[in-house]
Amino acid sequence: MRNYLISSILLLIALAAPFTVSSDYQISVMTQIAIFAPLAMALNILVGYAGRTSLCHGAVFGVSSYTVLYLVTVHGVSLPLAILSGILASTILAGVFGLISMRVSGVYFLLLTLALGMIVWGVCLRWTSVTGGENGIRGMIRPETVTDPTVFYYCCLAVAITTGFVIARVVKSPFGASLKGIRESESRMRSLGYNVPLHILIGFMLSGFFSGIGGALHALFNGFVSPTTVALSQSVELLLMVIVGGVGTMLGGAVGAAVIIFLQNYVSLYTERWPMVLGVFFVLTVILAPEGIIGKLRRIGRSSGGAAPTKMSEIA
Amino acid sequence: MNIILLNLLNGLTFAALLFIVASGFTLVFGLMRIVNLAHGVLYLLGGYIGYTISVYTSSYLLGLLSGAISIAIVGAILDRGLLEYVKGQELRQVLLTLGAGLVLNDLILVIWGGDTFSIRPPSTLTGVVIWGDFFYPKYRLFVLSIGVIVFISLWFLLNYTKLGALIRAGVDDHEMVDAMGVNIQKVFALTFMLGSSLAGLGGVIGGAFLTLYPTADSEILVFSLATVIIGGRGSLVGAAIGSILVGLLLTYGQIAFPELAYFVVFGPMALILAFRPLGLLGRKA
Repeated sequence: MRNYLISSILLLIALAAPFTVSSDYQISVMTQIAIFAPLAMALNILVGYAGRTSLCHGAVFGVSSYTVLYLVTVHGVSLPLAILSGILASTILAGVFGLISMRVSGVYFLLLTLALGMIVWGVCLRWTSVTGGENGIRGMIRPETVTDPTVFYYCCLAVAITTGFVIARVVKSPFGASLKGIRESESRMRSLGYNVPLHILIGFMLSGFFSGIGGALHALFNGFVSPTTVALSQSVELLLMVIVGGVGTMLGGAVGAAVIIFLQNYVSLYTERWPMVLGVFFVLTVILAPEGIIGKLRRIGRSSGGAAPTKMSEIA
Repeated sequence: MNIILLNLLNGLTFAALLFIVASGFTLVFGLMRIVNLAHGVLYLLGGYIGYTISVYTSSYLLGLLSGAISIAIVGAILDRGLLEYVKGQELRQVLLTLGAGLVLNDLILVIWGGDTFSIRPPSTLTGVVIWGDFFYPKYRLFVLSIGVIVFISLWFLLNYTKLGALIRAGVDDHEMVDAMGVNIQKVFALTFMLGSSLAGLGGVIGGAFLTLYPTADSEILVFSLATVIIGGRGSLVGAAIGSILVGLLLTYGQIAFPELAYFVVFGPMALILAFRPLGLLGRKA
């Protein structure tokens, strides 16, 4: 119940936001949040529900941005087709990554996805004839109807709400429950007859599919993509959004995205040292608040309402 | 014939550098279960410190020493000051080193800027060695020999000293070693410093033939990861095999498919993982 309350309040804020802010810059910050919130949620399918900490999601969503911009600016493909191809590219990439990493867990999964994400970064940097190397690909591909920042913001928000809703349904489905089961005890799920690697693979691909949507929006929003988009720091930022918001809570992804993007824009007003601030923030979060904002709020809520139920993951 | 030898030597010298860096990584990973994602940054920081010292003192040797020693100190601070807070929690430790790496990398950018630097080796190591009609840079042969020396020293340290015995025992079961009355924390701290100093040493050595630039840390980290993933956690021989494999694949890959050389390295890595998830010589924790 509390979740619905928080969701509706957040939704109201998101809908009313353009009326309270004055400049295009502020709207662009809101738009970024609307783009990154579903991305963080998509990553949370793996991190929070399957218990697989992925460090390649910058690459997974960046591939969609690359595909969209490359197809439209170089080959003149129509935008809807390019967006579909972008989403497909992300899903396929996630599928390949999933096939490679579905049998490992814990630190090995993290290492492997990190290395896989870095390959994409390396290819984007070196394969100059397609990706434009360090210069990336540039092109304002946003159609006329959504050039107005406020209109585009509402479009992104609509997509964010839809994907957010679908992701929330997915994790509540029996499939989502079995992912959670894998997180709590892989051996138990295996002995119950569940095909653990297959579940991880499907989870990875679902996560890639939703990331692809975000990546396409990102391409429309920025009109620019470069190796920085698929770099490790981008994956770290996404992971931080998930951790700050709260691992394994869908709302957490959205809250985390908002916090990180606000912070990034605020810090950038004063200093160029965003990576340093990001690093310090990351370290502090990992040490002080590993359960995230939503997780912390829940814990406080629980302890005031009687005995706090022990989290399964703490026992396992 | 000459071309084949040239490529082989190029591959092996890169492998030697990779081994120096990755052996430090795998030691820490194997014993302490800490995946130090700041290892690449430590490499780069060591390189920059070595560069500055060697410029001011115009001594390559001092640069080499200062790179290794200063990074050992940075490693100790990282270990005692940060990782101590999340002891025993693998995932949080990894994330912590990731954050620390971001901070250090940005710090490097503040101090040294984004320019490319190259460490100047001493005059005895510049120029080429000539065998008949074959020429090869002296410095690269020096790197190769350092790699072999590091391998032999670590082999000796691990197999024939008390510290090595403790490290090997710790890799297998550190709680048991602790229970035997050994101060395993001290062993951990020493291993972390040793591992870090190897990264710093690698940075100075690599800074002279691969040059130093702000994204060099990610590149060396990825190749070290590939090396350790292929070789297996905590295995010195595994790291050696892994680094030779990665070094040769990368060299030949860059000649055959210059734009897609990364695939050539990571394709086999993915294949090995599919059949041996813990690496060639890896054992279950």
